[in-house]
Amino acid sequence: MPTTAPALPLADVTATDAALRRFLHGLPGVDAVGLEARAAALGTRSIKTTAKAFALDLAISMIDLTTLEGADTPGKVRALCAKGVRPDPADRSAPSVAAICVYPDMAAVAVEALRGTGVSVASVATAFPAGRAARSVKLADTAEAVAAGAAEIDMVIDRGAFLAGRYMEVFEEILAVKEACGRAHLKVILENGELATYDAIRRASWLAMLAGADFVKTSTGKVAVNATPANTLLMLQAVRDFHAATGRRIGVKPAGGIRTAKDALKYLVLVNETAGEDWLSPRWFRFGASSLLNDLLMQRQKLSTGRYSGPDYVTVD
Amino acid sequence: MKFEYAPAPESPALAGIAPSHGLFIGGEFREAADGKVFTTISPSSEEVLSEVARGGPEDVDAAVAAARAAFPAWSALPGAERAKYLFRVARIVQERSRELAVLESLDNGKPIRESRDVDLPLVAAHFFYYAGWADKLPHAGYGQDPRPLGVAGQVIPWNFPLLMLAWKIAPALACGNTVVLKPAETTPLTALRFADICRQAGLPPGVVNIVTGDGEAGAALVAHPGVDKVAFTGSTEVGRGIARALAGTRKKLTLELGGKAANIVFDDAPLDQAVEGIVSGIFFNQGHVCCAGSRLLVQESVADEVLDALKRRMAGLRVGDPLDKNTDIGAINSAGQLARIRELAEAGEAEGAERWSPACDLPGTGFWFAPTLFTGVSQAHRIAREEIFGPVLSVLTFRTPDEAVAKANNTPYGLSAGIWTEKGSRILWMADRLRAGVVWSNTFNKFDPTSPFGGFGESGYGREGGRHGLEAYLDV
Repeated sequence: MPTTAPALPLADVTATDAALRRFLHGLPGVDAVGLEARAAALGTRSIKTTAKAFALDLAISMIDLTTLEGADTPGKVRALCAKGVRPDPADRSAPSVAAICVYPDMAAVAVEALRGTGVSVASVATAFPAGRAARSVKLADTAEAVAAGAAEIDMVIDRGAFLAGRYMEVFEEILAVKEACGRAHLKVILENGELATYDAIRRASWLAMLAGADFVKTSTGKVAVNATPANTLLMLQAVRDFHAATGRRIGVKPAGGIRTAKDALKYLVLVNETAGEDWLSPRWFRFGASSLLNDLLMQRQKLSTGRYSGPDYVTVD
Repeated sequence: MKFEYAPAPESPALAGIAPSHGLFIGGEFREAADGKVFTTISPSSEEVLSEVARGGPEDVDAAVAAARAAFPAWSALPGAERAKYLFRVARIVQERSRELAVLESLDNGKPIRESRDVDLPLVAAHFFYYAGWADKLPHAGYGQDPRPLGVAGQVIPWNFPLLMLAWKIAPALACGNTVVLKPAETTPLTALRFADICRQAGLPPGVVNIVTGDGEAGAALVAHPGVDKVAFTGSTEVGRGIARALAGTRKKLTLELGGKAANIVFDDAPLDQAVEGIVSGIFFNQGHVCCAGSRLLVQESVADEVLDALKRRMAGLRVGDPLDKNTDIGAINSAGQLARIRELAEAGEAEGAERWSPACDLPGTGFWFAPTLFTGVSQAHRIAREEIFGPVLSVLTFRTPDEAVAKANNTPYGLSAGIWTEKGSRILWMADRLRAGVVWSNTFNKFDPTSPFGGFGESGYGREGGRHGLEAYLDV
């Protein structure tokens, strides 16, 4: 008779390389046609009037407003921070975004600009977006972002190792980055577009969750296929099932390609009807986006005034 | 946070329902010969939608005569010319699909999401598909110059009023027949609106005739000596009566009857999608589907997991106003059908199966039945054998593929079946052994005009859809 229970449910599945592989490959398969059909069906929900007003504000509050360009400057980052804190200068009832997401060398600028606003600073790290660097470089990258004050770290997994089947290597790397994060929240980017199959996305989600991710994130926004309703739905199923198995709640962040309010509302329906209302909070669901915010603001203005105002009535930052 | 969807209803005014409707005979709307009428109601509110002429034997006679008169010219048209009419009908259906979807949901009770996204697109697709066959009949495999049969008498059910009309009328016309169609008593309105579309398309008078009414009109139609072909979709009991009445006559007959389909979930299935398939298998169209996956056969090793997920999913189903775009399950079509569903559900409890439904507020007026599942069902229970035709799922378990096949086939019916497994070879192994006209793998309730549909055993005979569907309307 066993005298001690494992500290965490599922702790034994990461005990060895073989056990981890067995576990990940034992997860139920994903039927691509069925998954996409379900995502499309949920996309036909009709969100009107009060529900729309609620969802637009919720979506704004869930945005990780992002700039990840080689051309980023402190000025650009400060402007984005100002926009994130008060998205609609003409309407103070518009909520702030959840976070500003930048490269590590811009994290300090963002931290300074956002001090006292309640808007968080997220920094990508681990040789984003490719992640093709030595582990020591990735850990140093993470440590610098944390030292600069980033409260959230968006890491990328080693897709090469994952696709080659070296799951333990990916697992250990996430563990190491998690440790380097200290108290910062860790979002693990799976880069679904490179994992290619839904089966792989489900396995990678579980791998990241087992390794201590606080969030699983669809993509970097830097490859051809980024967040889709189907791959986000699949990740929502994964966090729902992980919560049922372990009691630990993990967040989900679709990123890249979500540009319209209409799309954002569809994602919120996915959250509501898959993971459930417990996930309908910026604490557990984020949008990685830049242009989405302005469309949400325009829809919000339309809803309150009854008229479309046009792009000149939202700020370009 | 609670994300409540605000009501998002389609306006009933889009349906543009006239206060009274006549029979459509010889290109004209007219009253019944004896002036009788009946009312059709909205099953979600029990409000009267319209008064409709109650056709009797005399009206059937007139309709068959009109169809007979139109037959020589219609059948003599080159196939390409008949195709033009069918393409035109298909396009008008698409153009008027919103109106038709609202009308269908009002009269039938099905959610607008389904009439809009499933019924109407399929109706148009059937006309497009068979329009394509009209000038290619010599290449269909039925000889150099296959001939039409003459006048087709068609009787359709209330579960997919306009779609069943399309399944019947499109191949009949493509092959050169003329038709008299009797829609179900509780759902006559879309058929009569289709009559208006026939006029809009300039279809020659008499090619399509619609006689509304009750079983009397249906019986008169199938027994009419001027009818050359009878096509019936409905209950096995009525189908048996028709087969008896037609025995020994020259009339050609196809029957699409009941079902008690098994939806079989193996332990290596894609479980999230299987749960969706179970839900769409039995709760699509309130379970008013002859090929509904009303028996869930789940492998014992995953039964608990599947049932937990299924219950969670069922708790999210939105039951209510059929015209609300966010409704998943609408109203039961009639008081009679509701009584039948209740009777069988009570029998299930009385025989010892365990009943479960999610908490859901049903509207005060209209005919409603909460989505329901029964566990602990055995093959001997009535709910495992009889067609319920409602949102009621019976859950049985199995241990091996052989046992799954034996249980799935242990029914007098044989219309459809579903197999859920990630293992391709098992899908083929199972499909070889299942006695069902349609076997879906890793999906359920998928329809396409190119695919033949029909049953084994007491589910009827003949095929509708695809190239096979032409045979029923050709003299071969």
